[in-house]
Amino acid sequence: MAQFIKDGTVLLNNGASACSYAAAVGKMEGDGPLGHCFDYISDGAELGEKTWEKAESKLQQYAFEIALGKGKLQKQDISVIFAGDLLNQCTGSAYGLRDSEVPFIGLYGACSTMAESLMLASVCADMRLGRYFAAITSSHFCSAERQFRFPINYGGVRPPTAQWTATASGCCITKPCDKPPYIKAVTAGKITDMGIKDANNMGAAMAGAAYDSLSRHMENMKRTPDDYDAIFTGDLGQVGTDILHELFEKRGVDITQVHKDCGLMLYDREKQDVHAGGSGCGCSASVLCGHILPQIAAGELHNVLFAATGALMSTTMSQQGESIPGISHVVEISDNI
Amino acid sequence: MDISKKEYEQTAKKHAGSSKLYITLPKAFLIGGAICCLGELFLNIYQRYAGLDFDTAAAYTSITLVFLSALFTGFGWYEKIAKHGGAGTLVPITGFANAVVSPALEFKTEGYVLGTGAKMFVIAGPVIVYGISAAFIYGIIYYIYGFFA
Amino acid sequence: MEYVWAFVVGGLICTVGQLLIDLTKLTPARILVSFVVAGTVLGALGWYQPLIDFAGAGATVPLTGFGSMLAKGMREAIDKDGLLGIFTGGFTACAAGVTAAIIFGLAVALIFKRTDRTLQE
Repeated sequence: MAQFIKDGTVLLNNGASACSYAAAVGKMEGDGPLGHCFDYISDGAELGEKTWEKAESKLQQYAFEIALGKGKLQKQDISVIFAGDLLNQCTGSAYGLRDSEVPFIGLYGACSTMAESLMLASVCADMRLGRYFAAITSSHFCSAERQFRFPINYGGVRPPTAQWTATASGCCITKPCDKPPYIKAVTAGKITDMGIKDANNMGAAMAGAAYDSLSRHMENMKRTPDDYDAIFTGDLGQVGTDILHELFEKRGVDITQVHKDCGLMLYDREKQDVHAGGSGCGCSASVLCGHILPQIAAGELHNVLFAATGALMSTTMSQQGESIPGISHVVEISDNI
Repeated sequence: MDISKKEYEQTAKKHAGSSKLYITLPKAFLIGGAICCLGELFLNIYQRYAGLDFDTAAAYTSITLVFLSALFTGFGWYEKIAKHGGAGTLVPITGFANAVVSPALEFKTEGYVLGTGAKMFVIAGPVIVYGISAAFIYGIIYYIYGFFA
Repeated sequence: MEYVWAFVVGGLICTVGQLLIDLTKLTPARILVSFVVAGTVLGALGWYQPLIDFAGAGATVPLTGFGSMLAKGMREAIDKDGLLGIFTGGFTACAAGVTAAIIFGLAVALIFKRTDRTLQE
């Protein structure tokens, strides 16, 4: 039974398995270095829909349906869906999954939502609260752009610290302990506001939260970076990654050997114009479900930390002069129990 | 959390790469200059071949540039030029037109009244508000000054 | 030669805008507002007209020219209509540009389809 360690860390003693997972992405993500990993690649951002919001909903629906299909499951098998996205009222999740007829819990954790939903789905599976649980998130460049920034055809200037919202969705289905990958422990993030006000520098707004959650998780679990094959952060991009490395380095911890950032993995920054890297819920979700989990299942990775990071930014509060709160949830995934 | 906001700010500042001025400034100069040069071409044509006075020709030049900018925005080209142009595409009147046309197109999914109509000036509105207000203040001063002059 | 001066002066005004973008935290909307207000003030003081005489479209096409036009229109309206001119001058001066933006904006919204910017070439 899930056992509380301390300070947000929970050990999943019974064990939870990620039994099926799928990633659905847009064309740019499909053209990126991880393109071969994804289950569905659309030929554009529209997916045959008239609005960007409907397109994002459809992407999320695809990820869910493909994950069900890969696990040979019916939607009736799912006990609860945990889902969220970046849009107001969690539009992508609510509208994408409205025909699912599955108990639904909507989440908002900005770009950290994949780790947040996977954490809850894993704890529920460990505690045997049902048979299968789904963790789903999505993001869409165009729908995010029009909500948080400018119209698509507006010629606004992007500073080099800006990140590119991924058009992507990921779905991971968990069940009580079965076969690898196993989710072994989770640490809930704390809201960490380091005083960054620049809405065009999300990496800096989130790196503090990633540092806090990762160091807390390793301390509570009595681990060091050497115990892991890889530590994946959500979408810090180049700026956030540099800050995170320096924060750990100042405390005498070297994570550069094992650390990777999903925001830097999803795109080829040399060829694709994404500035500091990718971001959005779908960024870490698609890298987790398309790349990380399959690698663990194949035995290529053994012990992994997945720490999706989110900037809990409100455009209204930013205009009121407030700084940007960040959050990061940590999920420890392994190929052994 | 064992890091102070002050320490964090310093770390963040160090890694926030700034724009490369030696690239952005020449690009803004060249693209902004080119747009003005195009304006000069229309201005000359309207004066020389249509026989208009300078002010009327300048007004027609503005209308022409706004039209071209609207067309480029519709095709999605203006944004592609603006990626390089920076202020070079922002400051000319074509940038103003782009700021009006792009939300008009973007928000038509919410309808022609509440989307296109209501959101058309979501970016360019402040320009009108403060331009008109500044001119209004000047008008009051000019009007009062008229009594003494 | 007039094309060279239009290019140089227009380009330099844009370069000032780029400096503001890169060196300050001013958002594009704030930069546009500052340029229009600055143009209105310069126009009011009579300092912008010499630049227009010198550089033509290089001075009228940037938004500072839009601002100076507001000041000029205000002067003309007050000379003609007195007090009422304070209320009509501004909009009369910018009517052509703003009406063009509204009408062409509406036309583009009616005719064109949104573009998919994730299809980077």
